[in-house]
Amino acid sequence: MIVPLEHVLMLAGIIFIMGLSCAIAWRTNLIMVLIGIEIMLNAAMLAFVGGGAYWKLVDGQVFSLVIMALTSSEVSLALSMVVYLHRRKRTVNADEFSTMKG
Amino acid sequence: MEQIFFYILAAVVLVATLMAITARHTVHAIIYLATSFFALAAIFYLLGAPLVAVFEVIIYAGAIMVLFLFVIMMLDTGKWETARAPSMAEWWPALLMGAITLAAMFTLFAIKTPEEITGWSYIDARQFSLVLFRKYGVAVEVISLQLLFALVGALYLGRRKKP
Repeated sequence: MIVPLEHVLMLAGIIFIMGLSCAIAWRTNLIMVLIGIEIMLNAAMLAFVGGGAYWKLVDGQVFSLVIMALTSSEVSLALSMVVYLHRRKRTVNADEFSTMKG
Repeated sequence: MEQIFFYILAAVVLVATLMAITARHTVHAIIYLATSFFALAAIFYLLGAPLVAVFEVIIYAGAIMVLFLFVIMMLDTGKWETARAPSMAEWWPALLMGAITLAAMFTLFAIKTPEEITGWSYIDARQFSLVLFRKYGVAVEVISLQLLFALVGALYLGRRKKP
């Protein structure tokens, strides 16, 4: 471990808060909400890798790989859903999609 | 030496992420985010995870960001005239909540003194793959199923209805 674990966790926490703010504030653009989720998952990966480096275990890296697989499938599904919603209403504003069908 | 690199890269990650979440245009946000992911990959390497660093560059900065760019250009929502950044009324709940969480985190870490810095440990691909396929073999199978489901779901959502 080249730096104290606290500093790695602090960096991960700040990145996570940034992603959360992005996902909350950008309600006018669904793609920016997805970007915020990406940033949050990256912060989680950084925390996993930092913990793995601190305790000298490989498991943290394995879990970051699992998170990566989760992210790729999540992004592909969510982006295809954005395309579907855009085809329905011609907009990506999250506030527009407030009604249910049926 | 590695310590200095870590702090420089951490600063790059923070600045790039901040620029990304405040960018008015989604394409700019994607480019800043790719910068942030490259710096984060270097941080992963410094933390002794070269394989994760490589995957970060290939999957995140390569595949996912290109997928985002592709969807933005396909939807044609990235017009400069209609792009609108969130107003202050939309920012302040997020900023307030973030400030409270960050203050709690910094107080928590300020109470505790940082621990000793040991040497630079390094986990190579051999150790990583031994643990991945021996201990977490079921997880790999579950991941493959999950990717298959995501593929089927994306194909179902993206299909065009017959007129």
